[in-house]
Amino acid sequence: METQRCKGSKDLLHEDMARFRHVEKAFRSCCLQWGYKEIRTPTLEYLHLFTSTGTLTPNMLSRVYSFLDWDGWSGERVVLRPDSTIPAARLYIENLLQDNLAKLFYVEDIFSFEETGKESRERWQCGAEMMGSANPSADVELILLALETLAQLGISEVKLYLSHAGLIRALLHEVGLAPSEQSRLFDRIMDGDTTAVLQRLMAEKPELRDTLSLLFELKGDSPGFLQNLRASLLEVFPKLEANIDDFIVITQLLKDLGRNYQIDMASGKGFEYYTGVLFQFRIGEKRLGGGGRYNDLIPLMGGGDIPASGFALDVDQLMSLTRSWEDTTPSILIRNDDNTGKNESLPFEIAGLLRRVGGAADLDQGYTGETKHRWILSIRGSKGKSAFLLTDQLSGKATELDSTSEVLGILQVANASKTSPS
Amino acid sequence: MQVKLALPKGRLLRPTGTILQESGLELSGYDEQSRSYRPQCTNFPDLFLKIFNERDIPIQVAVGNYDLGICGQDWVEELLSKYGSSAVVKVKDLGYGKRDLCVAAGRAARITSIDDLKTRTETIRIATEYPNMAELFALNLRLRRFSIFPLWGGAEIYPPESADLALISLTPDTLLNYGLLPLTSILCSSTFLIAHRRSWESKDMGFLLDRLCTAAKMEEPGSEGSKRVVDSTKKPSSLPTQQDSALWLALPDGHQQEPTLEFLEKAGIKVSYCAQEPRRPSINLEGVCIKVIRPQDMPLQVANGNFDLAITGEDWLYDHLYRFPSSPAKKILSLGYGKVRIVSVVSKKLPFNSPEDFRVPLRKQSLSTLRIASEYINIADRYARDNHLSPYRLLPTWGASEAFLPEDADMLIENTQTGRTIAQHNLKIIDTLFESSACLIGSARTVSNESRQKRIDKFIEILRQTVEKN
Repeated sequence: METQRCKGSKDLLHEDMARFRHVEKAFRSCCLQWGYKEIRTPTLEYLHLFTSTGTLTPNMLSRVYSFLDWDGWSGERVVLRPDSTIPAARLYIENLLQDNLAKLFYVEDIFSFEETGKESRERWQCGAEMMGSANPSADVELILLALETLAQLGISEVKLYLSHAGLIRALLHEVGLAPSEQSRLFDRIMDGDTTAVLQRLMAEKPELRDTLSLLFELKGDSPGFLQNLRASLLEVFPKLEANIDDFIVITQLLKDLGRNYQIDMASGKGFEYYTGVLFQFRIGEKRLGGGGRYNDLIPLMGGGDIPASGFALDVDQLMSLTRSWEDTTPSILIRNDDNTGKNESLPFEIAGLLRRVGGAADLDQGYTGETKHRWILSIRGSKGKSAFLLTDQLSGKATELDSTSEVLGILQVANASKTSPS
Repeated sequence: MQVKLALPKGRLLRPTGTILQESGLELSGYDEQSRSYRPQCTNFPDLFLKIFNERDIPIQVAVGNYDLGICGQDWVEELLSKYGSSAVVKVKDLGYGKRDLCVAAGRAARITSIDDLKTRTETIRIATEYPNMAELFALNLRLRRFSIFPLWGGAEIYPPESADLALISLTPDTLLNYGLLPLTSILCSSTFLIAHRRSWESKDMGFLLDRLCTAAKMEEPGSEGSKRVVDSTKKPSSLPTQQDSALWLALPDGHQQEPTLEFLEKAGIKVSYCAQEPRRPSINLEGVCIKVIRPQDMPLQVANGNFDLAITGEDWLYDHLYRFPSSPAKKILSLGYGKVRIVSVVSKKLPFNSPEDFRVPLRKQSLSTLRIASEYINIADRYARDNHLSPYRLLPTWGASEAFLPEDADMLIENTQTGRTIAQHNLKIIDTLFESSACLIGSARTVSNESRQKRIDKFIEILRQTVEKN
């Protein structure tokens, strides 16, 4: 029988896993240094966690991987986690509400149903959430944390794009659309359909053409752009003041910290739960991740008036951009060339010694062809020969040795001169 | 070049037969009296025809077993609402067999509009034969918490006691009673000609399509306009006065109905049907309320607490328990009538006489995947696993299952009384899974209301004594 992977899934081979762990390690390290605590939420959650207005857009909900579990006679559906922020908010409400402020991070997979299998149904992401702070500097902190992770991974030329969900929501409200139409258009913008929505608005309200054009079609790279926009925007829509001022504070702080960005209201793709600033990290057209403020999500889930914001980075993208990662191949291969059967335990003993001094030793159980090990230690059994032959694969030099202490000595010298066996 | 066309049985059989005749096809075997599933077309021998339950037709076309199919658009949308990229092309609205898919609420649920639904914080229960479309409706409406109860039929009977909403299909002359309030129509459906995408792109089916399209034009709908009578003000006569203490009993429809009534008669229980409310008969026992539903749906409904007791077949109980092992639905009493065998069936042409005979060809890949068709999808799943028939694929069916063998499935898990029908279709039984008969089922959970529990116990005792007497 031909074995087949499930549609839309993929294997991570050992090199992929080395990259994966490298990304994960850099992200964890940054988060821990910034005071964030790691969490992990269940892969299975109840569907209703994601269904109410203000959580996921209908387009995203239509791709949720849902099914009846063993209690399915109740009609209750469970889903494979389609998003990590909502489960993190549930976790916060259930366990951490008394702490008020919580800085959390996770490395988790999310799932979305896709019939053809051409797109990935399972994606890993590194995410961070800050619950309990309404301060614009919290948004800035999250942006800086994400940028620092990318920098740690050596991913350069990342562009930061900023938009503001609160401003878009308020604008749709002020334009005078019915609430259901406001939600529908907002969802379309969050699904990345800004151009079509803008055309639709302009056709319906031609008198707003200039204002909408200023807001959505022009791009800026400083708080000055927003200050200019503020003057003309508030003349038509005075109720947008709070949102645009929030946006200005964030962009000003980023500017003061020497961070570059592009303000592009049309880049506001994201989740329905976003209420404030939206940010995205891109290299060219490649989207590495993004996030934003979601002050209504925890109240909507019954957790009280708790503001929050967060981001997630796409691990697949980060892996593809990471040039160097830690090679986890042990650098010494121990090969038993003694055919007499007398020295069966010796490879284990030598490997144990090497590991005790911090090395990583790999016993040869039948490798064929060339291997990637830096050193090969052959245990020899024939009379008249030295007990060991240590070959440096890098230089091609082979050394005959009589004792394990000699082997350790050479490897330790190599280690000291930064050619460590591990 | 052979063209394969899937035709519907049931309500669409007669008008579809008319259209095909008007298309100039000379058919035999496509009428209500025929017992064959393979009508013959004498003037177009390359046209292969097969009759299915119309719900099966979009799936058969989507998987490419049939080039063309004729069925209600509602079943096409039921497939596409979940599997949008299925290889089904909607070719032409044939204009007949119209019905509306309507979301209706029970008046007792105090839901009078769609907006009312959005404000509800408790779980909204939706009963329907169209679970995919019901889910899409609930998601698009942004219902916070909802449960979908997939049914085999009769969804209109469920509200108000057993569901808040029912997604039901209404034909133009449906009398919508049972105290239901229509909230919205989600689809105006009529009969469609559909095609498999690849057949449409690469196969010349023009000889048939031209004729069908011309005939469909001639058959413009006129008298089928909307003339639905909605009498939603009428209240069901058998609603109990004290609902908490009433025993809710589900009785089966279909071919199990008659023997069940005979059995109850022997027990001194008289069930009286009223023409206006055939699914809510009255009973000569105080505090007992009856609904007549599909036996397939009963275990799920008992598990949910919508009924205290139900008379169904052991086959449907096991099918439920195989899917939901921790379900509280349990057998209380075997009633001894309606005996059938659940069997595995293959074509007589196959040289296999036991499930084990399939293992070697599957292992050696002379048979790449075993296709098992069944109405009992969970029993079939377990049977395939227990017999190591890997790899296998399950084909859920909604009746007329014998039609699937041998072209569209390799094995069938089916019930039979005498085996005669199976033999008539050139099929053979290779294994008996178990024997099934009618049984009384209830919930393992205890009822908190004392007088209701007494009624349940008393009813069980009456039936037990009747079984012992027989």
